[in-house]
Amino acid sequence: MNKPLDPSVLAPATAQGATVMPNDAPTDAQALAAWQQEYAAQIGTERPVHNRSGIPIKPIYTEADRPAGGDRSAELGLPGQMPYTRGIYPTMHRGRTWTQRQLIGLGTPAEYNQRLLGVMAQGANAVSLIPCNSVFRGYDADESHIELLGTCGTVVNTAPHMDVALGGVDLGRTSCAMNDPSPFTLLAFMLATAKKRGTDWRLISGTSNQSDYLSHYVANHMFFRIALPGARRILGDHIEFCNQHVPKWNPMSVVGQHMQQAGATPAEAVAFTLSTAVQNAEDCIARGMDPDSFLPRFTFFFDISISFFEEVAKFRAARRIWARLTKERLGAKDPRSWRFKFHGQTSGVDLTRQQPMNNIARVTVQAMAGIFGGLQSLHTDAWDEALSCPSENGARIAIATQNILREESHLTDVIDPLGGSWYVETLTDQMEAEILRVMGQVDQAGGMYKAVESGLVQRMVGESARRFQQQVDDGEQTVVGVNAYQVEEDRSARPINVRPDRATMQAHVDDLRAFKAARPAAEVQRALDALARAAHDAKDNVFGRVVEAAEAGCTHGEICATLRRELGFGHVQAIV
Amino acid sequence: MSERFIPKVLVTKIGFDGHDRGSRVVAAALRDAGMEVIYTPPWQEIAAVVKLATEEDVDVIGISSLATDHLIVPKLMDALRAGGLGDVAVIVGGIVPDEDEPMLLEAGVARVFHPGSPLPEIAEAVRGLARDVRARRATA
Repeated sequence: MNKPLDPSVLAPATAQGATVMPNDAPTDAQALAAWQQEYAAQIGTERPVHNRSGIPIKPIYTEADRPAGGDRSAELGLPGQMPYTRGIYPTMHRGRTWTQRQLIGLGTPAEYNQRLLGVMAQGANAVSLIPCNSVFRGYDADESHIELLGTCGTVVNTAPHMDVALGGVDLGRTSCAMNDPSPFTLLAFMLATAKKRGTDWRLISGTSNQSDYLSHYVANHMFFRIALPGARRILGDHIEFCNQHVPKWNPMSVVGQHMQQAGATPAEAVAFTLSTAVQNAEDCIARGMDPDSFLPRFTFFFDISISFFEEVAKFRAARRIWARLTKERLGAKDPRSWRFKFHGQTSGVDLTRQQPMNNIARVTVQAMAGIFGGLQSLHTDAWDEALSCPSENGARIAIATQNILREESHLTDVIDPLGGSWYVETLTDQMEAEILRVMGQVDQAGGMYKAVESGLVQRMVGESARRFQQQVDDGEQTVVGVNAYQVEEDRSARPINVRPDRATMQAHVDDLRAFKAARPAAEVQRALDALARAAHDAKDNVFGRVVEAAEAGCTHGEICATLRRELGFGHVQAIV
Repeated sequence: MSERFIPKVLVTKIGFDGHDRGSRVVAAALRDAGMEVIYTPPWQEIAAVVKLATEEDVDVIGISSLATDHLIVPKLMDALRAGGLGDVAVIVGGIVPDEDEPMLLEAGVARVFHPGSPLPEIAEAVRGLARDVRARRATA
């Protein structure tokens, strides 16, 4: 066995018994100045380096960037302690890693169910459902282009469709995330299914992933849009209803992902998201709700780009700001209200069509940034997403990537492992300052609702998107395979896109028509009339009426059409 | 043809998807390249696109697609021909799987641009297509 290293081998040879007292050791400041001189001499002319949020990045960070003094523990806190910079729970990933939630949605409800049970057998431990774009747009299958049905999500239009999609899933024990924008029909169909199966609503857990109507207005025009005032009202009703009847459900997911995907810088995306959360919270408070009754059920959803350190700092800064905002501005007293819980999705915008297998490496770096950023739930993109909706092979590798990061690579041994790095701590402070600056702009515009209504946020996001594209076109931002290291590719090796079988889909549409014809028409009409009346009665709860309509056999398209008629449609502003 | 040739382009989206980063960035780039750009928000009906293209007398129509909406572009091509706009050049940009490209080209689409296409390259191609359209119209 090797002997342990004797520390004396590192000491300079001295006379026996003498103590080394170097009096010519440079001070820290002198050492830094000497290094700066050498660095400048060797590096020559250097292009300034900025991160995506526009923060200038120095070649090295030292203690001088984080001068002693100031209350460091008040800035950081240990995990589970205010202001949660280092994590929202005392045990973080040592105690429980993250929820592995893969988005899936394809074909008919029966096809979805088969795929869902497959990914759950491979390690996914929660449900996520993406409906077809026709559903997002508020239409039933029988009023849509058949070419498009089920190509990007599952065609769920009724409570019985949901029963099939979630067949074999215990709704009382499995967290279900629904990509379910206002008016939240998917949750309504789920609640109807639960009632039919005898599952207590109080056991149902999960998230309304797309409840953030403001981010849809800014950046993701995927969804059925009720005009802004109506969308605001329905969200409040949804939060209040869930609060009373489905207490383990997270009715509010504030979405930064759309805005960053649409081009907002990471700092802007967090700023707009936190401003949105403040807007929604203040709307609830204005209804007379206690902040501690709803804030513990607010969750966040963010994009994780490949700008690694920037993303880690982004999440650390966001936690700190949210903790202080909820406590000081919103008056929350319950620590559960102060904790910034977030789901991260690796950024699809960073993925390239060129040399697409390289995307596996990109997703790995992005996922690591999210893990070091302290996320609670993670979706890793499939490598073939820049080519098509993900294939089964792509989805399998995406899940395996999470399994490797979580269980093979020792990434989760230490909580907040990058904390204390001079760079990461400095960058966390700088990201925090930049986020607060943009939030100040939103506040000046009268809050997020007004800033979106006026188009201010949309213009800022569009401007940042163009700036980034310019950087790629100019070669300032390298994208491997796109503006650097291009190669001739054999495209025949690429996966063939699997599209829903047209005959199966046509049968699904025919079934829906038959379902509509067989329902008790009077009951359906009664439920839709009650929904229409609720839209104009501030004392009624619109979402409660949506749930009743779902139970009465109303379809998604019928519910959306009723609300579109009563509350108006939210057109997209043409801002270029 | 004079040096002050200004192509007229309609940038739009049909179908269900609303992701508009691509259409907005491309529309702004074409505008900045000196073209006259008519831009619409997403979710245009095919008939509305034909009507707008007729009223605005455009040379080129750019369809942006992220989530499989390119699958109904052949329907648009039929509607354009039926509406007497068979000479307008149509380009498609976005997520278009390789195996779908022949289907679009057979339907009469002039070019397909995939993610990573540099904006100057798109602008140059649009200018060229617009020139061809005008030249064909002048001799027709």
